[in-house]
Amino acid sequence: MSLKTPRSRVMGLGSAKDGVEHWWSQRVTSVALVPLTILFVVPFATVIGEGYDAMRSLYANPFNAVVAILFIGVSFLHLAQGLQVVIEDYVHDKGARTTLLLTNTLSCGLLGVAGVFAVAKIAFGV
Amino acid sequence: MAEFSLPKNSRMVVGKTWPKPDGADAAKVRTFKIYRWNPDTKENPRIDTYFVDSSKCGPMVLDAIIYIKNEIDQTLTFRRSCREGICGSCAMNIDGANTLACTKGLDEVQGVVRIYPLPHMPVVKDLVPDLTHFYAQHASINPYLDTQTPAPEKEWRQSIEDRKQLDGLYECILCACCSTSCPSYWWNGDRYLGPAALLQSYRWLIDSRDEATGERLDHLEDPFRLYRCHTIMNCAKTCPKGLNPAKAIAEIKKMMVERRV
Repeated sequence: MSLKTPRSRVMGLGSAKDGVEHWWSQRVTSVALVPLTILFVVPFATVIGEGYDAMRSLYANPFNAVVAILFIGVSFLHLAQGLQVVIEDYVHDKGARTTLLLTNTLSCGLLGVAGVFAVAKIAFGV
Repeated sequence: MAEFSLPKNSRMVVGKTWPKPDGADAAKVRTFKIYRWNPDTKENPRIDTYFVDSSKCGPMVLDAIIYIKNEIDQTLTFRRSCREGICGSCAMNIDGANTLACTKGLDEVQGVVRIYPLPHMPVVKDLVPDLTHFYAQHASINPYLDTQTPAPEKEWRQSIEDRKQLDGLYECILCACCSTSCPSYWWNGDRYLGPAALLQSYRWLIDSRDEATGERLDHLEDPFRLYRCHTIMNCAKTCPKGLNPAKAIAEIKKMMVERRV
């Protein structure tokens, strides 16, 4: 039991003076993903079934490689931000919340970097 | 996790069925299923069934529950005051939506009239929710004119255009229908201010006479206080005064960006 006043409960630890960047970044990444998704998916679809060499030569093209890197990077940033909000909304147990938030950030970071590296490896033909 | 089912002591059971009125025209008799919970007993909440001869009471849901209290069951507990949609006391969940019992017509409800207290709030008794936290949240946004300039001799003047900015905001009666209809407020109401307090905050943010806009935005700039709004729009759908808290919150978010770019 606590005899805290209702006002004190509302004030909590005070305003985090943060949140705008996150909110705005979610909007910016979603707008960026509209052209990026089209530019990534359309050339990708044309080489489906064309074999390994066709796929390699697609991403040997600098324009396609840059689009793919941007698409992967922005997608995983957007995914991490979106999932963070979902976890904050629904998971209230402090331990579970911290674990899930960490897992989210780290796995999105890992998958994003792995994707970018894969495209770079093809593009530079190593 | 967020609570998707009621805790054991909040699960509802079938309650008492009160007798039908004698000699009433069957077509005029309306059935009411009303949430009952008494803090003095350890029992779970129950749903009581009442039959009201609608020719004996006024046209609104509030008239019917006042009739029930006066004529059938004096223990039924609810808040009411103005009976004309201006005090916000009789906010409750009627026919699946939060609204004011005094402005909801019985003819607007098809079949059985189901009445519950405002959702996801602690219940004091029957249809009376505990709004202490809700009111403290409203108080936290400093709902009054905040100025640095010495007060003028007569009054703070405002142009007609500036006054128009307050339309759709000043009408809010703090009935809590919007906040208690908001899933974000259900899950994170301890930290999220909710549509009502945020609409009230915007009412002062946009007031041309107010001089504390920056401080007000500072107070709101928080991932939980403001940014738990995900534009679900239940608030705008349920508001018995026809206001749009979601739009007011969107305007606050725009102001937050505006002061950075």
